[in-house]
Amino acid sequence: MNVTTVIINIIAVIGLLIAFAKDGEKAIKSLKIAGKSFIRMLPMVFIIITIIGLLLGFVPPNQISRFVGEQSGMTGILLVGVVGAVLHIPALLSFPLAASLLEEGASVSAVAAFITTLTMIGTITLPLEIKELGKKMAILRNGISFVIAIIIALIMGAVL
Amino acid sequence: MLGVISIIAIVLLSIFPDRKEPVTNTLWDYSMEMVLILPAVMILLGLFAVWVSKETVVKYLGKASGIKGIILAIILGALPTGPLYIAFPMAAALLKKGAKISNIIVFLSAWACIKIPQEMVELQFLGPQFVLLRLSLTIIFVIIMAIFIEKMIEWSESRVATMAS
Repeated sequence: MNVTTVIINIIAVIGLLIAFAKDGEKAIKSLKIAGKSFIRMLPMVFIIITIIGLLLGFVPPNQISRFVGEQSGMTGILLVGVVGAVLHIPALLSFPLAASLLEEGASVSAVAAFITTLTMIGTITLPLEIKELGKKMAILRNGISFVIAIIIALIMGAVL
Repeated sequence: MLGVISIIAIVLLSIFPDRKEPVTNTLWDYSMEMVLILPAVMILLGLFAVWVSKETVVKYLGKASGIKGIILAIILGALPTGPLYIAFPMAAALLKKGAKISNIIVFLSAWACIKIPQEMVELQFLGPQFVLLRLSLTIIFVIIMAIFIEKMIEWSESRVATMAS
């Protein structure tokens, strides 16, 4: 158990205590929302963890680094960026996946590109975004987000 | 999906029994990390969803402008108040109320990628260096993008207006 886990659990407990002290009904409502989203997320958690397990157990690190490691260069970063933009998995679950890829020899740039496009770009939510905000704004936002995700990835690769 | 993945896992492991140990070890390690952190994250998400109403966010962001507006957009976007598809109608309402386009873009982007409890999970798995660098770069580039998109949209609208008159 590491420091981050301890801190976030302490914050959650304190938050809950304050919530119950202030308004018990609202606090219970929060807990219900928390429980529902947790249950809704569980199958995805198992899927991601199983994929990580299989990835680390069966795919040799040199295969992963060939596609998304240092030597794959720009192609690898773009590839992962596109995958991140298209995939629709909760960001929360992308972090363990990203960590396992790093462990297996993926480059920092590729992992940063993956997380950034995954969170910022929503291919599945794009129709809704167009409906609410108009075609121009939605396409500009998603398109430019992809470009800046790649720039951020390249800078991170150079710094870390 | 879950069924398919489990079957693949079981089949692969029965063909290659020597891989069972590394795979189950990984499964166990990652499951433990998730079990210890996810409930707390979900509780924080639930608390914010109930206590910070959409109306509050719209009220504060509607009138803010300049650097203050951008900072406010980042903070309000980073509050864990729900998935991105909730933010689109909010953004649309804000635009109708006359909020700045750049603020809305910053707000949406912060909402998408700087959720506070989510960042604690990123910290847990990827470490402080990675998180700090990625977040600060993201904020810088998102602000540049927001101003750029605002200028583009204003420019194209003014062109439409002059063509119409």
